[in-house]
Amino acid sequence: MRGATHAKWAACAAAAALAATACGGGGSDSGGDGGAVLSSSWGDPQNPLEPANTNEVQGGKVLDMIFRSLKKYNPETGAAEDMLAEKIETTDSQNFTITVKDGWTFSNGEKVTSKSFVTAWNYAASLKNNQKNAYFFEYIEGYAAAHPASGSQTTDVLSGLKVVNDRTFTVKLKQKFSTFPDTLGYPAYAPLPQAFFTDHANWLKKPIGNGPYTIDSYTKGSQMALKKWDGYPGDDKAENGGVTLKVYTDNNTAYTDLLAGNLDLVDDVPAAQLKNVKNDLGDRYLNTPAGIIQTLAFPFYDKKWNTTGSDKVRTGLSRAIDRKQITETIFQNTRTPATDWTSPVLGEEGGFKEGLCGDACEYDPAAAKKLIQEGGGLPGGQVKITYNADTGSHKQWVDAVCNSINNALDNDKACVGNPVGTFADFRTQIGDRKMAGPFRAGWQMDYPLIQNFLQPLYYTNASSNDGKWSNKDFDKLVDQANAETDTAKAVETFQQAEEVVRDNMAAIPLWYQNGSAGYSERLSNVKLNPFSVPVYNEIKVS
Amino acid sequence: MGRYVIRRLLQMIPVFIGATLLIFLMVNVMGDPIAGLCGDRECDPATAAQLKKEFGLDKPVWQQYLTYMGNVFTGDFGTAFNGQPVTELMATAFPVTIRLTIVAIIFEIVIGITLGVITGLHRGRPVDSGVLLLTLVVISVPTFVTGLLLQLLLGVEWGWIKPSVSSEATFGELIVPGLVLASVSLAYVTRLTRTSIAENRRSDYVRTAVAKGLPRRRVVTRHLLRNSLIPVVTFIGTDIGALMGGAIVTERIFNIHGVGFQLYQGILRQNTQTVVGFVTVLVLVFLVANLLVDLLYAVLDPRIRYA
Repeated sequence: MRGATHAKWAACAAAAALAATACGGGGSDSGGDGGAVLSSSWGDPQNPLEPANTNEVQGGKVLDMIFRSLKKYNPETGAAEDMLAEKIETTDSQNFTITVKDGWTFSNGEKVTSKSFVTAWNYAASLKNNQKNAYFFEYIEGYAAAHPASGSQTTDVLSGLKVVNDRTFTVKLKQKFSTFPDTLGYPAYAPLPQAFFTDHANWLKKPIGNGPYTIDSYTKGSQMALKKWDGYPGDDKAENGGVTLKVYTDNNTAYTDLLAGNLDLVDDVPAAQLKNVKNDLGDRYLNTPAGIIQTLAFPFYDKKWNTTGSDKVRTGLSRAIDRKQITETIFQNTRTPATDWTSPVLGEEGGFKEGLCGDACEYDPAAAKKLIQEGGGLPGGQVKITYNADTGSHKQWVDAVCNSINNALDNDKACVGNPVGTFADFRTQIGDRKMAGPFRAGWQMDYPLIQNFLQPLYYTNASSNDGKWSNKDFDKLVDQANAETDTAKAVETFQQAEEVVRDNMAAIPLWYQNGSAGYSERLSNVKLNPFSVPVYNEIKVS
Repeated sequence: MGRYVIRRLLQMIPVFIGATLLIFLMVNVMGDPIAGLCGDRECDPATAAQLKKEFGLDKPVWQQYLTYMGNVFTGDFGTAFNGQPVTELMATAFPVTIRLTIVAIIFEIVIGITLGVITGLHRGRPVDSGVLLLTLVVISVPTFVTGLLLQLLLGVEWGWIKPSVSSEATFGELIVPGLVLASVSLAYVTRLTRTSIAENRRSDYVRTAVAKGLPRRRVVTRHLLRNSLIPVVTFIGTDIGALMGGAIVTERIFNIHGVGFQLYQGILRQNTQTVVGFVTVLVLVFLVANLLVDLLYAVLDPRIRYA
């Protein structure tokens, strides 16, 4: 019976191994002392953490914690409120005089002055610094010289920026832009301390800002520990001792960690768990609107999609999509069927207008069929919806949209999905204008303004006008709205421009995306702001 | 022996160049990496051109490859898109994956060979059939199922382990992920050992050893096992490379920031420098592991000679 003893030994080894893990796994960084630090899921930022170089949520999350800018967006209403700005004055919507509040410093003790802003903005705009958000400064006079579209730059400062004194600077724009002050809450406009310029490499290892948190330690690719900054002069001080951001490759693992009590906050509940999340977490699950809309864009550079009557085909396709059913079954109500081209987070005053799309966004198979026939049928007899299959659950909804279209048109082959392997390849194909049919387009707002939902996406040759749609009426209305000094009137004019988008069905609005989050019993007062990022400084830890 | 080693080392050069070139071309075919860098909007052309220049992407592919290889020989693996040198990424990722691989290999050797010997010696008995059935199950269930199941049971339901591995990734934390990673290979090692042992048990030298009156333990370990291990060692040797490169699934499930994590991210972001750099090192690991396996043969079986 030697065999038996061997087998027993093996079993013991396995048990010992498991027991060892139990010992080894526990108690490494639960941070029980003080109990005031919370841990939150995070993704590895794609770019170096500089304010003007960060264009995705994960890096933006950190900037939001360690920086405060001239304006700040109210976490609940999304309204731009003065933060470091004492006043921003203008008489013509083109020349602005900005006064910076007194008494603000960076966490290294350096004073925040008007120069901190001007040097930071000059750095961001200058072509040689490769800042991916440089285009945010394109309205400022002198941008073309510091960041020419081709050739070499002639200067590395913006001529439109002038330091008047320690607390005042002036901005001259190249055109009227009435809502310009409201854009100044975007992280790209953050002030930078001298240390950024004198010791750039070290600054990147451990960024220094002027926000409610300071960075305690940063291990790239795995975690960042942020500590409450006691000397923070603002009134939105951190209500907890700090936040530890942990990088997760897979949001499923983060969610599992939350369930096991190993993590306090997950700000992206995986799609597969949406069915269980209410059972698992109860009211510790958040599902609130965010400034994100998903649309289907069209390649207007392709003649087939740019014929007279093709607007009827596009409207027909829009009417063939059963948005309600898809958002309920696939997204478990974490998305809301879209009825305009903006987002509910703007609010009525900000320009969101429920139902602006009207009939064109209502599901009606019969009408859809008729419209498409009137418009000359589907180009080539079939639409191919292109999407990137590497992230998100794009495949699922594209297949569902196609199904809906096929059912409405009684044709199995009317619509097919066309996956592209990686996001980079997807972007390459869009950039090369190789789209053969509608393609996935998503827009996450930079700042809560109706302007941001329309101009970058539909203005002729705008930065995110991937379909290359162009319409004179639309452009004229946007210019008018930008020149308007009265905000209410500006919003109204933008809505008129949005109606032009509707009448041409420049892009099919699909749904507004919600932010979702789940948190542990230790936390309270957890909220998501309109950018679907947790309002970290307000979270209380018990 | 010396000449054999030198010849083998020389043979590595074309394999190495070929493999890196292939990877380089494959990553390049996937499209323009800069296009994905600016998120859901097009980079403005001036910045894109500037970035391309910085990463050397504006030159023809063959020139990029030559510069890259030139730099590699001086120890410079380029810079990842987030501004970190690739060597820095390697310095954080490889130790973690090596630890994970060591855990996995130990499981393979200890559990795999032990079970193989037991079943090989008791062919046809209930122990044998039981283990065979078990290995069949392990082989047929995909790693991510075992991984997720163990994570859920041990991590969430019973709370024995943490469901994810911390950034330090100590040996203790890596035991369950290591077991998951090793599981399929472990089953193969068991089966290979079993067959090999069962075959050799009837050979003349074993009968001689038994007839000499050697104790059973000595017969099994010194005579039977040593000769039966050659196919097993071959398998384990080649498995080292496979485990390191193939840990992507396991590393994702347990949130281990090792080679798999970096490769996965490199591919998603189409970061040529990261992907080629890591694959280059993995190719080297494969080559060295294979060489070591070949050299081990002579130790196990003195009849094997190298010309």
